[in-house]
Amino acid sequence: MSVSFCGLDLRHRVINGSGTFDAIAAQRVFGDELYERFPFTAFVSKTITLAPREGNPPPRLWEAQAGLINSIGLPNKGLDRYLSEDLPQLAKLGVPLFTNVMGSTAQELSRLVEACAQFTQITAIELNVSCPNVKTGLDIGADPAQLQKLLSTLRPLTSKPLIVKLTPNASDVPACAQAAESAGADAVSLINTLRASALDPRRAPRASARWLGGGSGGLSGAAIRPVALAQVAAVTERVEIPVIGMGGVQTSRHAQDLIDVGATLVAVGTESFRDPTAAARIALDLDK
Amino acid sequence: MVAPFGRRTVQITRSDTVGAYRVLHAADPEGPAPVAGQFAMLQSVERWGGGEDERPYLPRAFSYARFAGGEAQFLLEDVGPGTNRLDELTVGDEMWLLGPLGVGFSAPADGRRALLVGGGVGIAPLVIWQDTLLEQGTQALALLGFRDRARAQAAELLRDARVASDDGSVGHHGLVLDLLQRELDQDAHAVVYACGPAAMLEAVRAECERRKLPAQLALESGMACGFGACFGCVVPSRDGYLRVCVDGPVIDAARLERVDQHAGASP
Repeated sequence: MSVSFCGLDLRHRVINGSGTFDAIAAQRVFGDELYERFPFTAFVSKTITLAPREGNPPPRLWEAQAGLINSIGLPNKGLDRYLSEDLPQLAKLGVPLFTNVMGSTAQELSRLVEACAQFTQITAIELNVSCPNVKTGLDIGADPAQLQKLLSTLRPLTSKPLIVKLTPNASDVPACAQAAESAGADAVSLINTLRASALDPRRAPRASARWLGGGSGGLSGAAIRPVALAQVAAVTERVEIPVIGMGGVQTSRHAQDLIDVGATLVAVGTESFRDPTAAARIALDLDK
Repeated sequence: MVAPFGRRTVQITRSDTVGAYRVLHAADPEGPAPVAGQFAMLQSVERWGGGEDERPYLPRAFSYARFAGGEAQFLLEDVGPGTNRLDELTVGDEMWLLGPLGVGFSAPADGRRALLVGGGVGIAPLVIWQDTLLEQGTQALALLGFRDRARAQAAELLRDARVASDDGSVGHHGLVLDLLQRELDQDAHAVVYACGPAAMLEAVRAECERRKLPAQLALESGMACGFGACFGCVVPSRDGYLRVCVDGPVIDAARLERVDQHAGASP
């Protein structure tokens, strides 16, 4: 059963969450079988920034109760090397490519969007607005007015679909979705990871015994599934544009729940770590 | 060795107690034979989760200790919710297996002998590596360190191993590094292959750097996926962070600075 999303005709409803599947590394590990049985109906890149980032110091992972806290820190090669080295390889996947970008200012994001706009291999651009604002400390996507202003700047720069990856660490997520829609976003995706922390049980003093090298991280996996369902349902009630729902999806029933509350596509993230072909299994079961 | 895309079900055929450890045998007739040093991600099909703190959740990485006749062997020590669940599996139970994964060991060049240095449950990849080297006619002396006698019993998995123990209950009373230094003083025309706790690996790395000896270290790190997706298992190197799962787990020591600055799995 095909599905329409932002003018695209997709084979099924399941994509990956940004930063949860490295198709280039996976091709080295699994060979061409990855292409033959590629599980996602569209591929979302990890977050690309203007300058290269090496990511956070380890440890970067903490296994939580039915979930995972990660503090990876968005390691990437930077825009130029992404476009020259990775994009040609990702184009071989044979599915539409959504490039996820993040900048800490409107100027940075503008440069990223303008650059991506020039490449036909990129089908859509997803904006990661979970970057903290240097002045306020809040995620740049947490304030509806600020998000609307940002989208108004970026919208004229490309005719490609713009997807806003909403931050769940906001007091009014549906208002943020509405702000994005009013400023011309083509779709929204949610939920990103929930801010979370863990203490190293073997260290003292306790208050500063943070396990993660980055201090705190983001929680994903089964533990956040009910939160995702609530936020996706609240957003689909308020916007007309398509919604990509994600958060703890492990089976077709979890995916169907998100679809039932109005999501057009569903993304699989942490479950791919446990089962790299999970998205294909979920897509197949959804069709039954 | 390229891995099949997707985890597959394997059935436990044997579960042997070896001192303080367990050797888990699993029938994997479809599985490609691993290169020594490669690993697999394992999780039980039933009840993976719901243990202490509602864990385990993610699969766990284990080096292949042996692979023969379509049967894989893994060495494990019950230290947390994941290993605890795998430890209680019995014949007929099923696991999900993804693998073989990662980069394995490569054989010594220019007539050097192989010195295999292992610590604790980290001796696992040295078992299959010694098998491979001896088959090829390469000398492969095993030097193994353990905390105590119960753990040191696993030395029987390798041939003619020399043993050190922290408590002096078996073999040399002290560090496996002492055994390595003694060997290298006698004949330094060698390549060192090491796997074990971070402090042991760092001591071996520093010793080989001092003596300008080639060394290959099999590293461990907390890992969510095993195939390069999560970027969680990084170790610092001279060229930035390396992913232990796809750039390793076996990494040339010359590429590494300190190897005790990254952490293993969540406790």
